[in-house]
Amino acid sequence: MTRYVAQRAVRALFVLWAAFTVSFAMLYLLPGDPVSVMLGGSAGTYTPAQIDDLRSQYGLDRSVPGQYVTQLWHALHGDFGTSIRTGAPVAPMLAQALPQTALLALTAFVLAVVGGLGIALAATSSRRPAVRQVLLSLPGIGTSVPTFWVGLLLVDFVSFRWRLLPALGNDGWQSLVLPAVTLALPCGSVLAQVFAKSLRDTLREPYLDTARAKGAGRARVHLRHAARNAALPAVTLSGIIVGNLLAGAVVVETVFSREGVGRITAEAVLGQDIPVVQGAVVLGAVGFVLVNLAVDAAYPVLDPRITTGRPVPRKEADPRWSI
Amino acid sequence: MTDLLSVRGLRVSYRTGRHTVPAVAGVDLTVRRGEVVAVVGESGSGKSTLAHAVIGLLPEHARTEAGTVLFAGTDLLTGTDRHLRAVRGRGIGFIPQDPVGSLNPVLPVGAQVAEVLHIHRRATSRRDALDQAVDLLDRAGLPDPRRCARQYPHQLSGGMCQRVLIAIALAGRPQLLIADEPTSALDVTVQRQILDHLEVLARDTGTAVLLITHDLAVAADRAQQIVVLSQGRVVERGPARALLAGPAHPYTRRLVADAPRLTDHRLESGAARPAAGTPLLSVRGLRKVYRGTPAVDGIDFDVARGETLALVGESGSGKSTTARLLVGLDPPTAGAVRFDGADVAALDRAGRRDLHRRIQIVEQNPYAAMDPRFTVRQVVEEPLRAFRTGDRVARQARVAELLDQVALAASVAARRPAELSGGQRQRVALARALALGPQLLICDEPVSALDVTVQAQILRLLARLQAELGLSMLFITHDLAVVRRIADRVAVMWAGRLVETGAADDVLTGPGHPYTRSLLAAVPGVDRAEEAPVPGADRAEEAPVPGVDRAEAVLNGGVSGVDGQAHHGRSDTRSR
Repeated sequence: MTRYVAQRAVRALFVLWAAFTVSFAMLYLLPGDPVSVMLGGSAGTYTPAQIDDLRSQYGLDRSVPGQYVTQLWHALHGDFGTSIRTGAPVAPMLAQALPQTALLALTAFVLAVVGGLGIALAATSSRRPAVRQVLLSLPGIGTSVPTFWVGLLLVDFVSFRWRLLPALGNDGWQSLVLPAVTLALPCGSVLAQVFAKSLRDTLREPYLDTARAKGAGRARVHLRHAARNAALPAVTLSGIIVGNLLAGAVVVETVFSREGVGRITAEAVLGQDIPVVQGAVVLGAVGFVLVNLAVDAAYPVLDPRITTGRPVPRKEADPRWSI
Repeated sequence: MTDLLSVRGLRVSYRTGRHTVPAVAGVDLTVRRGEVVAVVGESGSGKSTLAHAVIGLLPEHARTEAGTVLFAGTDLLTGTDRHLRAVRGRGIGFIPQDPVGSLNPVLPVGAQVAEVLHIHRRATSRRDALDQAVDLLDRAGLPDPRRCARQYPHQLSGGMCQRVLIAIALAGRPQLLIADEPTSALDVTVQRQILDHLEVLARDTGTAVLLITHDLAVAADRAQQIVVLSQGRVVERGPARALLAGPAHPYTRRLVADAPRLTDHRLESGAARPAAGTPLLSVRGLRKVYRGTPAVDGIDFDVARGETLALVGESGSGKSTTARLLVGLDPPTAGAVRFDGADVAALDRAGRRDLHRRIQIVEQNPYAAMDPRFTVRQVVEEPLRAFRTGDRVARQARVAELLDQVALAASVAARRPAELSGGQRQRVALARALALGPQLLICDEPVSALDVTVQAQILRLLARLQAELGLSMLFITHDLAVVRRIADRVAVMWAGRLVETGAADDVLTGPGHPYTRSLLAAVPGVDRAEEAPVPGADRAEEAPVPGVDRAEAVLNGGVSGVDGQAHHGRSDTRSR
């Protein structure tokens, strides 16, 4: 078990390093010069000497490998430099915005898991074919409508017409509901599709006949026997979904004008604020890696056949025949 | 009222697309208290459907059309869900076919036994339920039941899993046990132990048993009454001994005749006796170690040209590993394999490729060894394409010739594996193996998954092909009765070693090693082995038999694939 976790932790560190390196390379290859962005349209009013000063201040005059090593070293110490546009240090800026985004993502994640798994379970355990059909078609609709459009519709109806919940801002749980629902919808739909498929396959397994032959009722058959066996694909998927939630936060926080990492990222990308973008990418990677570590740790708990990455042991001959 | 279970006029059919295929077509069946009744039939006869219909566990596309299932006086078909749940587990215990697949892989087996007690409120607490479960596992014959109770199904062998399922079935102290092919997935020796044990438990508790089996010998050994099912109908019934001694219906006679027996003789194929001289295959000190445990532990044997050597042993004895080593699917840890005089390990790339042409393998489960999206033509043609043999036209001609050799109709070529019966699939697998004209055919349990009649057909086909093509064969099996029909020599394997090698006649009639003796003793029906041949058995070969006619019609493409699909839908999901 320790070895299993250690293996995955090493892999997680590699993913973080790769995320940093790839984002560094991408940002370096982007057209446009950070310093001229920083100076805005007024670059012409500065002397070349002043511009060179700024360059050396941000370390941009050094060789590319040199910049990479310095930035990586600083990043390891939690220092992602200062924002080119505002001059504020990146790390505290992101750290301040993080709780809002984390709360949003977590709420959306819980909604997606509860809603998605709930719909899948309700659909497969329903006795009425009509109910089953309707429930099973819902996730397909959920995945096919764009997030921002759902967000705008919700704002229009719930906030402006019915005046039930606030449309914008960060105050209280009321303002959290609409963005979280918007964010959860596509993720929950995919989860529901995968889990429903997995459940249907599992329900045909012979061991479910064994459970029914014991006299187990529908609830016991579905919850105790089928759900846990069918959960693995959904668990794998939920690790990926967290990545989608982080990406979705960029859109949702913009649509709902919420403070948060997503909005900071969106603004930084628009303004070519390279240190902020770099910090946001690494932060996203940290979140993704942590969740997937948790998912990896959950596998052996859910399925005893997955332990330390060893293959399932070969069946041995029944040792009780006697010579 | 002494009838515990009384089935009257039961009709069940499966819907496949637009068709409705009857699986059980009006069956009457009675099981009295404490009695063992065996339902015997081939796959597709409706015996499993019958068993599932009794406890209401039919798959979704099945429909019970008519009949009554009276259990202790109440009709289970018209009863409420609640009543049915109360009967399941407490009134009727069920032992399923596939021991490993029938246990929930994510729960410890002790909890799975204890669950029955929870459902039927037979335990006062969790602790009590688990204690009772351990006791039940002990009675089912599991060694160290307290430790086993905490283990998961994948940590137990197939035989141990079947014992767990027996403990589950008996946990609710049922009056009737339905055992659906309880041992067909197990080795003969384990099968014998399990059936012995089941018999004792049932007798001690006065439990009646409805035993579903394809194996007439098993039925004869275990049951008081036998009911023979064919095409969803009862064709014959009666006391076990009498029915076996004088089967009246041609179908029963055919079953009796096709059941492999130790008293059989080798199938005469007109083949030349194996030639003396350098053996085709020569194995010396072959060894394969997986993670420190030797699976094959230094074995020596030869296969002469034109000879059939049977490699016999239980699962885990290393037979299949040996096959993989010989075909080159795994590298050996040590030892030398010489094929046609050349050391296989010393071959260059081209030589190894050529070896793949000259040694071919036929797997136990032909369905799993074929791409389900391929047509039969593509399956058989693939080796020809891989070795760039001939042009398109020549390959098509060769495919037609091969299908003809294995006695399949040309029309089968356009079908897909899923549309074929088990026997047809095995014929396709044979055609594919023969495509490149190999010298050595390695058959890994080629008939173990087949019904007796189909099994007999495939064995005859193998014997004929061997004679026609001068093939050498390594025939891997756990079934000594099959060995009798096909093998010239036998090598008995146990725990990675060969414990006995010799001519088939000598080994089977005068076994030298205790392990060989235990294998022989476990062959079902062995008690009757000395009895006179069954009257009518010889005639059955030529007699027109309704069921067989139909099977052959399907085989030759005369009947659409519907018949095959109807029961395969179910049996395939189970075999997975």
